[in-house]
Amino acid sequence: MLGITLGIYYATPWIRWDRGPNLPDQAVLIDLAGRRFFFFWIEIWPHEFYFVAWLLIMAGVGLFLFTSVLGRVWCGYACPQTIWTDLFILIERAIEGDRNKRVRLWNAPMSVRKLRVRTAKWTAWLAISVCTGGAWVFYFADAPTLFIALVTFSAHPIAYASVGILTATTFVLGGFMREQVCIYMCPWPRIQAAMMDENSITVAYRPWRGEPRGKHRKAKGSENLGDCIDCEACVNVCPMGIDIRNGHQLECISCALCIDACDDVMNRIGKPRGLVDYLSLNDERLKATSSSLGSLAKQVLRPRVLLYSAIWSGIGVALVVALFTRPDIEFSVAAVRNPINVLLSDNSIRNSYVFRIRNRQNESRSFRISLSSTEDFDLMVAGSSESVATINADETAQVRIHVTTDPGSPAARRDNTSLRFWVEDALSGERAAADSVFRGRP
Amino acid sequence: MRIEPKRIWKMSGNPDRDQEPEFTGHEWDGIRECNNPLPRWWLWTLYATIAWGVGYMVAYPALPLIERATPGILGYSTRAELAEDLEVASAANAPLDDRLVATNLNEIASLTDLREYAIRGGAAVFRNYCSQCHGSGAGGAFGYPNLLDDDWIWGGDIEAIHFSVSHGIRDDGDADSRYSEMPAFTELIESDEIDNVTEFVLKLSNQDHDPKMAGLGATVFEEQCSICHGEEGRGDREQGSPNVADAIWIYGGDRETVRQTIANGRFTVMPSWRERLTESQIRQVSVYVHQLGGGE
Repeated sequence: MLGITLGIYYATPWIRWDRGPNLPDQAVLIDLAGRRFFFFWIEIWPHEFYFVAWLLIMAGVGLFLFTSVLGRVWCGYACPQTIWTDLFILIERAIEGDRNKRVRLWNAPMSVRKLRVRTAKWTAWLAISVCTGGAWVFYFADAPTLFIALVTFSAHPIAYASVGILTATTFVLGGFMREQVCIYMCPWPRIQAAMMDENSITVAYRPWRGEPRGKHRKAKGSENLGDCIDCEACVNVCPMGIDIRNGHQLECISCALCIDACDDVMNRIGKPRGLVDYLSLNDERLKATSSSLGSLAKQVLRPRVLLYSAIWSGIGVALVVALFTRPDIEFSVAAVRNPINVLLSDNSIRNSYVFRIRNRQNESRSFRISLSSTEDFDLMVAGSSESVATINADETAQVRIHVTTDPGSPAARRDNTSLRFWVEDALSGERAAADSVFRGRP
Repeated sequence: MRIEPKRIWKMSGNPDRDQEPEFTGHEWDGIRECNNPLPRWWLWTLYATIAWGVGYMVAYPALPLIERATPGILGYSTRAELAEDLEVASAANAPLDDRLVATNLNEIASLTDLREYAIRGGAAVFRNYCSQCHGSGAGGAFGYPNLLDDDWIWGGDIEAIHFSVSHGIRDDGDADSRYSEMPAFTELIESDEIDNVTEFVLKLSNQDHDPKMAGLGATVFEEQCSICHGEEGRGDREQGSPNVADAIWIYGGDRETVRQTIANGRFTVMPSWRERLTESQIRQVSVYVHQLGGGE
């Protein structure tokens, strides 16, 4: 799990994706300067940012869903805080030895050896932190170019500042704050308390098996004791510093290290595994009272789960549909109302409109502009004699359109006349419409 | 389950958490006020912000005095920073400015990048220097021509617009300024002649008029007005005399206003801009005005 998530994070900016000559070839790129977001074959412009907003909402509902079924799997397996903390602990173990050695080292007075070990550990942590911060900035610029710029000290100060800040946060949060982040800084554990119920799967201790706990000794009869030998293995491994045997607690991030620790002990003393296990509190109550278990389907198919699933997939389907039905021609019309209209020398009336036409394609396109209405109008595109606007590749341009009506036309003396503007791709014939009004002088 | 707090979260001066905190003697409705020391991290944060504040006051402009605020040892000024930014911006635009000045006026419209640049820059110049009289939408006002319509007094092609902006109209300070004058006819002709020629002007512009008076006014017009405004009243751009036979008026085309214009004359001034704007800015605003809809 650690490897997969870290792998995704570090490798993604280096994936290439060919988009043609004028666009970046990075598969995932947040181009802030160019105001584009690239995700493989999808290209999002700022006005479509709601896609990203809905994706975040989906992620939120997804978390609710997973939490209500599986408890805090996010915290235990996917949260960056846990991933980096685990990575740091891994390094700590490799450099300083197992827990007992580490405790001894912690209590030992400062010595050359302690200093050397500490320096080695901190250097390793720092190296990882720098890579973490470094990988982050690659999402915002062309990764190979930026990498060369970074190591030759020619990158933009903002890039160094971002790397610096993220290095510092990774180093401090992963190395020193650890579970304090989850307990004091993260809002998610508090929210999750409301997401979970007795049917959610969580890491828990089986008190009906373990209690009364006590050291198994030959001398005393251990028949009356439960399976728990009070070895504290589960407490020692817990990154959050809790005792799982006290019941479910706010701090628990469902990392399951206590399950592994306890299973080891159970194997050694020849008792069945699973004294500490993934379980749902409802099942446990049934099991403890020896009644039959509820079926798995019943456990998973609860109204809450179904509702979350429905919301999540509803948004997902809507997003996919919206993504694939994005119009190829996008334009908006803003009527110029300062002044409302212009009187020409022969008494005819003119209205002007500003079109914003987006060309999202990788080549220059020409658009033919026309209008339909109940009355007759003359349409002119500023700077063009053929009512054609040419927009450069991958750009948005403003085009001024003048619409004129004869002095005798009813539209000239009417306050409002509806217009429908058409923008048609001169090559493909695809077209789109937008409505506006012509304002005369009654 | 109590989580052992790390050292930095500890209360200062109270190493033993189990000890009963000092009671101040204040108690309301069973709520006791104790004299717990502040958490150490909080206290140090407060001290750090105080130190930061003092440093900031020394380094940056801070204390307001009578004339100005204390300058601060870094000599920072938002105005200087703005001036610097503006310099950077104009340096970045310099190549475009150079090209704009070097390009023939008539060719600018066909060069997309120059045209875009000129329109954007010209819009800013217009809002700053022109909108006070001509209106922010260039729709004009009483005495100030509408720049959107197809009636131009001194010409509406890009070169004519460029000349008007550069040298102004009736500006004493610019020898090349456009010049012409509509005299006050009260001193030149009789009052009833003014009435008659007013009717004739209304007739020229297809408005309601008195045919008999207009007939008499035709002679006056030919004698007094046609030199500048032409025999059919269509104006003359060479001398900036407006077309009085169309629908567009600078001061208004109703009987009352037309009579007033003839009787008292008109004299409006547009300043010459070549001293105050750069050639590039003048070209930008000329291109901008030209593309608003009236350009010829």
